[in-house]
Amino acid sequence: MNATIDYKKSTIDAVIAGLMALVLFGPVVGVVLQGYGFTTEFDRVAWMVAVVAIGRFAISSFLQSNKGKEILFKHSSGDDTGVVVKSPDYKSNMVWIIPVVILIGLMVPFIASKYVLTVIILGLIYVLLGLGLNIVVGLAGLLDLGFVGFYAIGAYGLALGYEYLGLGFWSMLPIAAILAAIAGAILGFPVLRMHGDYLAIVTLGFGEIIRLILNNWSAVTHGPNGVSAPLPQLFGLEFKRRSRDGTPFHEFFNLDYNSGFKYMFVYLILFIVVLLVLHVKQRLVKMPIGRAWEALREDEIACRSLGLNHVLVKLSAFMMGASVAGIAGVFFATYQGFVNPSSFTFMESALILAIVVLGGMGSTLGVVIAAFFLTVAPELLREFAEYRVLMFGILMVVMMIWKPRGLVRVTRTGFATRKGVLK
Amino acid sequence: MDIVLQQLVNGLTLGSVYGLIAIGYTMVYGIIGMINFAHGDVYMVSAYITAIVVALLSFFGIESFPIIIIGTLFITIAVTGAYGWAIEQIAYRPLRNSGRLSALISAIGMSLILQNYVQISQGARQQGIPTMLTGAVRFDVGDGFVQITYMKLVILLVAFLGMGTLTYIIQRTKLGRMCRATQQDRKMASILGINTDRVISIVFVIGASMAALAGVLITLDYGAFDFYVGFIIGIKAFTAAVLGGIGSLPGAMLGGIILGVSESLFAGLISSDYKDVFSFSLLVIILIFRPSGLLGKPEVEKV
Repeated sequence: MNATIDYKKSTIDAVIAGLMALVLFGPVVGVVLQGYGFTTEFDRVAWMVAVVAIGRFAISSFLQSNKGKEILFKHSSGDDTGVVVKSPDYKSNMVWIIPVVILIGLMVPFIASKYVLTVIILGLIYVLLGLGLNIVVGLAGLLDLGFVGFYAIGAYGLALGYEYLGLGFWSMLPIAAILAAIAGAILGFPVLRMHGDYLAIVTLGFGEIIRLILNNWSAVTHGPNGVSAPLPQLFGLEFKRRSRDGTPFHEFFNLDYNSGFKYMFVYLILFIVVLLVLHVKQRLVKMPIGRAWEALREDEIACRSLGLNHVLVKLSAFMMGASVAGIAGVFFATYQGFVNPSSFTFMESALILAIVVLGGMGSTLGVVIAAFFLTVAPELLREFAEYRVLMFGILMVVMMIWKPRGLVRVTRTGFATRKGVLK
Repeated sequence: MDIVLQQLVNGLTLGSVYGLIAIGYTMVYGIIGMINFAHGDVYMVSAYITAIVVALLSFFGIESFPIIIIGTLFITIAVTGAYGWAIEQIAYRPLRNSGRLSALISAIGMSLILQNYVQISQGARQQGIPTMLTGAVRFDVGDGFVQITYMKLVILLVAFLGMGTLTYIIQRTKLGRMCRATQQDRKMASILGINTDRVISIVFVIGASMAALAGVLITLDYGAFDFYVGFIIGIKAFTAAVLGGIGSLPGAMLGGIILGVSESLFAGLISSDYKDVFSFSLLVIILIFRPSGLLGKPEVEKV
């Protein structure tokens, strides 16, 4: 395979791409509407056209080289094996890392400043959301675009449950999970029989319905003004400066009041919940139900022929994901102390989906890293805040073309019968 | 009584616009079996292009309404069609042989890209264009009246002309025959010498042009828009496409009109706060009870 690069062809490609870019960007980027008039920004158009033309030239030349042809060939031959299966007696020599991570995780609230802690809490909430959606999208292959609806059910469950029923954080934690799972079942049961694409749109509609109801049913939800949510209590001790009934936490332990205490406490509970969810997910993947999810994702018709009840299997994944989102919602409400409908837009669902896509479908480690990356990076790069959504979009398209299975490869230990048991 | 009639008229114009956008969803779904999630945002881009063309035309001193509407239609359709073509090239063509999930996620990414791209280049604030065609016809009904603005009449006329032209192209021309052949069996069509990749590109361009037609009409009538308008109207147009039976061209038009009329009646008679909830619920209900829609054929899954 010895390729000569035809620069004439590359140049033609570049010119066509540049002309196309001129047509596309010319009006929208070059003419900026100001009231009923406009201002022109032709230098921006020139830059973009130049970038597109040069980029096209580079790509076109590269794809004609040997390396480029290899990549093209790999891409078209669909070299994309799903899961790497390790041999049954494979022992990871990274086992020590888990206790270390847990230890560091438990130490974080006592080291980190209040601001850093709040950012980490937000990151962990998204880890939870990412893990939940990863069960639905990554493992079971069901595209859920209304995931934020279940998140909203959890968050509003805490806020409204406190306001109307006097339920606190600890009682709402399991109730929110159950409520979200029930909502998932009601929505999922009729829809999961159908084609995957329809599920995406129905869930999208569901998420929007939830948000619109929260926004418009002012009598109960206070509409766009939102509702306040309670803080968690430690065996009845409150994390406030003064408590109406009972002693606040800092007085009980004879400490000076510190507004960071509540974040430390929320962080610790959240950290434990994340660990629990991670553990449960890790076990589920190895159980028959988890294997059924993955099998259905890969080939539904084959699974049905083998006698799997596809609706029930999908429903279990859907409900499991929904309940995790409900739990995440409770944490979000208590962390913010306040919820309003604008936290539950489609953008939020897209962000969670971006986490799953970047992290790798079905990969736990990848989702944890991606969740932190996508929530912490915008905090660090405030000046690029307006490009954030653009980055998510580009990330999704590029990842789907380049590495549809995500950055972190999913590995799984293989199974074998124990020696002496069978045969 | 007059409210019902008035809402019927409003719903008919709204519905014909939904129908135009639904065509893009239904044709793309019919030919490559994917939901073009970015289609609503193509509509949004066309609304911006409309306003830009109107601003440019008035800058050059053109005031007559027929010239403005024809000029805007031609330029907007051409540029938006180019957007449809580019989106297909960049985000969908490399994924032609991947799973449906990948294509759908890529489409969602494209939708985010378009929204943010317009937001960055044009600013996040709401934009508007001046009203150009004023006046209305009035009919007395009982003790009230029904009013149809001239702009609504233009919308109906142009929308039905657009749909008629498209139906003619699909049913009578060689291009339409190629589209239908590719839709029925892509592999067989390509064996018979049809450049199916090109047909798919053309379908995207047609879909984008129809969205552009809708974008011009709604923007000239309603005036205000922002970078987020594509989302809601996109879902509603998709609802219309599903209602009529996805993959079916007459179904998209019929579904659009049914959805527009029922939504307007709901808004006028029951609650305008919940009209979006009504449309989304309608979508969920149709998908549960009649996923193949009114005119669609039930989908059979093959190995």
